[in-house]
Amino acid sequence: MKDLHVRVLVLVLIAIALSLAGWKAKVLELPLLPGEDASAWNVEARIDFAARGVPATIEFLVPQDPPNFTVIDEDFVAGNYGLSVDRRRDNRIATWSGRRPRGPQALYYRILLHQESDEPILTREGRKPLFPRTPDYPEDIRVAIDALLAEVRAHSADVATFTRVLLERLATDRNSENVKLLRDHFQIEGTQVAGLRTILAGVRIPSRISWGVRIRDGVRSAPLEPWLEVHNGSEWLVFNPLTGERGAPAETLFWYTGSEPLLESNGIGEAGYQIAIRRSFLDVYQLAERKADVLDSRIMDFSLLALPLQTQNVYRILLMVPLGALIVVLMRNVVGMNTYGTFMPVLISLAFRETQLLWGMFLFTLLISLGLSIRFYFEKLKLLLVPRLASVVTVVVLLMLGISVVSANLDLQRGLSVALFPMVIMAMTIERASIVWEENGAAEAFKQGLATLLVAVLGYMVMFNPVLQHLVFVFPELLLVVLALTLMLGRYTGYRLSELRRFRSFDPETPK
Amino acid sequence: MIAWPWRLRELGIVGMNRRNAEYILAYNERNRYPLVDDKLRTKHLALAAGIAVPELYGTVRMQHETQTLGELLGNRHDFVIKPSHGSGGNGVLVIHGRRRDAWLRSDGTLLPDDTVAHHVSNILSGLYSLGGVPDSALIEYRVKIDPLFDSISHGGVPDIRIVVFRGIPVMAMVRLPTRMSGGRANLHQGGVGLGVDMLTGVTHNGVQQGHLVEVHPDTGHTLAGLQLPYWDDMLVLAARCYELTGLGYLGVDLVLDKNQGPLLLELNARPGLSIQIANRKGLAGRLRRVQVLREIPAEAEERVRLTRQLM
Repeated sequence: MKDLHVRVLVLVLIAIALSLAGWKAKVLELPLLPGEDASAWNVEARIDFAARGVPATIEFLVPQDPPNFTVIDEDFVAGNYGLSVDRRRDNRIATWSGRRPRGPQALYYRILLHQESDEPILTREGRKPLFPRTPDYPEDIRVAIDALLAEVRAHSADVATFTRVLLERLATDRNSENVKLLRDHFQIEGTQVAGLRTILAGVRIPSRISWGVRIRDGVRSAPLEPWLEVHNGSEWLVFNPLTGERGAPAETLFWYTGSEPLLESNGIGEAGYQIAIRRSFLDVYQLAERKADVLDSRIMDFSLLALPLQTQNVYRILLMVPLGALIVVLMRNVVGMNTYGTFMPVLISLAFRETQLLWGMFLFTLLISLGLSIRFYFEKLKLLLVPRLASVVTVVVLLMLGISVVSANLDLQRGLSVALFPMVIMAMTIERASIVWEENGAAEAFKQGLATLLVAVLGYMVMFNPVLQHLVFVFPELLLVVLALTLMLGRYTGYRLSELRRFRSFDPETPK
Repeated sequence: MIAWPWRLRELGIVGMNRRNAEYILAYNERNRYPLVDDKLRTKHLALAAGIAVPELYGTVRMQHETQTLGELLGNRHDFVIKPSHGSGGNGVLVIHGRRRDAWLRSDGTLLPDDTVAHHVSNILSGLYSLGGVPDSALIEYRVKIDPLFDSISHGGVPDIRIVVFRGIPVMAMVRLPTRMSGGRANLHQGGVGLGVDMLTGVTHNGVQQGHLVEVHPDTGHTLAGLQLPYWDDMLVLAARCYELTGLGYLGVDLVLDKNQGPLLLELNARPGLSIQIANRKGLAGRLRRVQVLREIPAEAEERVRLTRQLM
């Protein structure tokens, strides 16, 4: 009955833990292995100008919710300037204003991005536009447009194909008189593509021009490229105005929409800007947190990542203690090892973290054996128990100090880390060891000491395994699995390994 | 080197985990533990129920009382000092007499007054108690060895352990002190465990440190075939400890005094598993037979009758 209860509980715990962890791994894309650094892009716009000592405002359009990218961080360097960020039509606009700036000035806008997808950007969201009015073209142009549009209409089925065929025709059919005429009239050349909108208005297709930069590592001054977008009634379809190709490459960062200039200023001389791009690596945790924000998920609000960094570092270690405890349970109830104090090996493992394993083992053994010999001397003095324990604590502290000083003189950096052993725990160990020694003999004392050390080493190897550490920190719900295993071991009624030896005389088939 | 787990299961050997989960946790209620963990309470409980125990000479509770130990002892020169919360025979000091201003131990060594006082002080500090909690020390009658055991013990008095499950004695052994165990009837320190036939009270061969022994390692006397006197009384005495404590899975430790017969020494809520080795028999089968009983007779004598039927 109890077994069934425990089994159900164990299954429920494991199911909760795994589904939560699975969801986090899949949706938030939290990495299952450590060291998977996410690459991020650091895009920086630098605005240079010369101030003339009169009130000045600089308006600069900045990206908002760019498709294919998650904004991890955004930063306006305002210096002595006042800064406001507003929306204007389809765009976000940053306005820096200063009372009396003078001399050469530089303002920065920085954005940290993570690219989410490798798919080309085919469509974009945005306000639903009104249908444009058919423009009044001059007579000769009207004839050319009508001819072109009629031809394109014959070769297309909907807004998307119409736009593509039209753009292709305008881009490639340079020999056609009509195309040449229209290109000239609407001044379609290079990145000047605003005239395309006027032509599309002829068939009342709403359109707009968006500007984006290609994200590539090490670009000092990224050019803004125009993208033609037409509205098909539900969303904006993106086209390359120069070729008619559908969609923008995945690495296009859409900066702003419309025909206005990126930078406008008042009260200053010539202002220029440069957009620089470089790759940077960031914490996967930071990224996940940000993504959860974007998904509007509350999960990450309740995660470790919401804690201050220092607290996080404490939990990085604390979260591993249950695993250490699980090792203790395994060694005690399945293997059958007796150690000094039930959970003391876990505390020693924690100390090993700072001292490193080999040094830790060496220092532990040294400290215990020195302490033990002094404890035997105290035995002769017939001290009361608590004062004796307190004396052993003092001796342990002095021994630590001694070891540290000696190793400092010998230039052994690691020897200094002996101070990280929990001294009260060491004193208790020494006391326990000496009692076991007196009552059950030196052999038993050595046996338990070795077992303690062994469990501590195993605990260290499990608790400070980088993969496990990463998993538990990113998916703390996995501790429910540890809990489930511990509960299961709590109902383990099989033999301990040590009992197979203890009861060996029962098996006539095995030689004694 | 080792026994295979399936072999042990076939033989019905109970392991530590199974003992804890299926018997101790299931049949022993926590709130009853203090009755047996505190030897003083056990003693009073037994006296109230008319069960014979070694006579209590006095108790020491305070550190300052260790200075006036002599007054407490009066002219008694033959006694045992033990911690009230001790386990496994730890902290027990056996004094046989007084020689030249010092106490004579069972092994013939002499202890000065202050050493004995220090020992009592250690007991009070909780050195021998579970979890190191402060304890009190009992001073009681030293059991005189029955001539029967003279030839098969060394430096101490053997005791008789009977495991009682739901009030029914299920297995028994005699623990003999040896030179190796330092005169203590403690198996893991090298004492010899002798299996006992539940029906007759006759001993089998012994086991020391997991090895079969036919003769006592120090005296060389044959171990098997010894008839324990008062066997039926001992079984009833053990069975009565069930009512005394309400503990379903209980280890009853008895001693045989030369003059007073069987005395209750102490009770144990977590009796060890070595009794299986001493008897060369697993507990599981016997416990199972008791476990399936719907009703347990209220009378200790009736339960001992069940022992005869089932074991």
